[in-house]
Amino acid sequence: MEDKTIICRCEDVTLEEIRKAIAEGARTLDEIKRLKRCGMGPCQGRTCRPLIAGEIARMTGQNPAELALPTFRPPVVPLKLGTLARGGVPDEQA
Amino acid sequence: MRQEISFVEIAVIGGGPAGLCAALEAANAGARVTLLDRQDRLGGQLIKQTHRFFGSQSHRASERGINIAAELTGQVMSHPHIEALTGATVFGFYEDGVLGVEREGKIFFIKPARVIVATGAAEKTLAFPNNDLPGIYGAGAVQTLVNVYGVLPGKRVLMVGAGNIGVIVTYQLLQAGMEVAAIVEAAPKIGAYWVHAAKVRRAGVPIYTSHTIGRACGTRQVEGAVIWQIDEQGQPVPGTEKDLVVDTICLSVGLSPLVELLAQAGCRLVYVPQLGGHVPLRDASLQTTVPGVYVAGDAAGVEEASAAMMEGALAGLHAAYSLGYNQTGYEARRAELQQQLDSLRSGPVGEKIRSGLSRAMIG
Repeated sequence: MEDKTIICRCEDVTLEEIRKAIAEGARTLDEIKRLKRCGMGPCQGRTCRPLIAGEIARMTGQNPAELALPTFRPPVVPLKLGTLARGGVPDEQA
Repeated sequence: MRQEISFVEIAVIGGGPAGLCAALEAANAGARVTLLDRQDRLGGQLIKQTHRFFGSQSHRASERGINIAAELTGQVMSHPHIEALTGATVFGFYEDGVLGVEREGKIFFIKPARVIVATGAAEKTLAFPNNDLPGIYGAGAVQTLVNVYGVLPGKRVLMVGAGNIGVIVTYQLLQAGMEVAAIVEAAPKIGAYWVHAAKVRRAGVPIYTSHTIGRACGTRQVEGAVIWQIDEQGQPVPGTEKDLVVDTICLSVGLSPLVELLAQAGCRLVYVPQLGGHVPLRDASLQTTVPGVYVAGDAAGVEEASAAMMEGALAGLHAAYSLGYNQTGYEARRAELQQQLDSLRSGPVGEKIRSGLSRAMIG
């Protein structure tokens, strides 16, 4: 049976891919995010982050308490581009 | 185009038990409060909690979460000092203390003098083969489906996790007419209150401790699950595999605090497994390391709704006090709330929370 264990559901990243990235030298959540995109989808890492942190800790022997969190930039939830582009108050109404 | 920023006294982010109580406490002290919740309905997770709460009367014991939500929401909506905005998502906490909010496809910005972050927690999940098959849910999602929308996720379920949420949701699924094949719990002991666990055992549901899900089976949807016993290192014990025929797998494996906005605000976070993950450092008034930014409820550490309500009230009380409100009544009310919160966390049940808090408390 094919082992298709999904870690990041938003970006369809498997456990195997995460392990490979760590084996190749990735040590932080941000590095794995940049390599694999996990944490960049609609849930912004809320689902996969604890699993990836656990995997890094297990494979590298780091204490989970010392693993840095990824940077959380606004927006923390998906926003439609149209909403952002519309911005604030149009000048004629302001 | 120009961006308008409105100034408010106290913004409360999140309208669950912590946020509702924070808003009410601050408003009752005289402050003006803007309460923002991304859902269309206030109450947070309370709106799907159909079971009765535990604890003493002051902790709303024997009340059902859904009724507490209705009562608090009613008070909030009719309070002249509270502006409650539903469907309003705070998407950013900027360095100058400005909050970005999206509502009905428009964005606006507010700059509160005080912010109470009561954003709650997100469900954790597990890594196992085929964990993306349709039919696999978080326990919170199942509770929403069943108790809010009246929809059953399937016919026969495996519950993963025997903490309070897992066991309570199991019982609610039985009541709603689903079969429950089993509950598996990775720990050697059941985490839920005994009275809940006893109820599902009497109903004939086996609870396997030191067991976990090995994999889900199925091609287009869940058709079964394999469970097995695990040793102290979490490794499967050979020869203990059991095949279960189920069409639903429900994961109740804990929650992690939603701290993104607190991180953006610059609050110092610390990793405390007993509280669910990274949580902000805070003092007894729930103020974080960023002056004027408070935290309450599951965002401060995963705990029960009754504790979230007390924390919310403490944060709301202090936020209002720090703005000059209720200078005479503050100390008596603070002591009362703190005493209630302490009694809730007393005894062996509160042991884990107390040890976690000892690492998150400052000052």
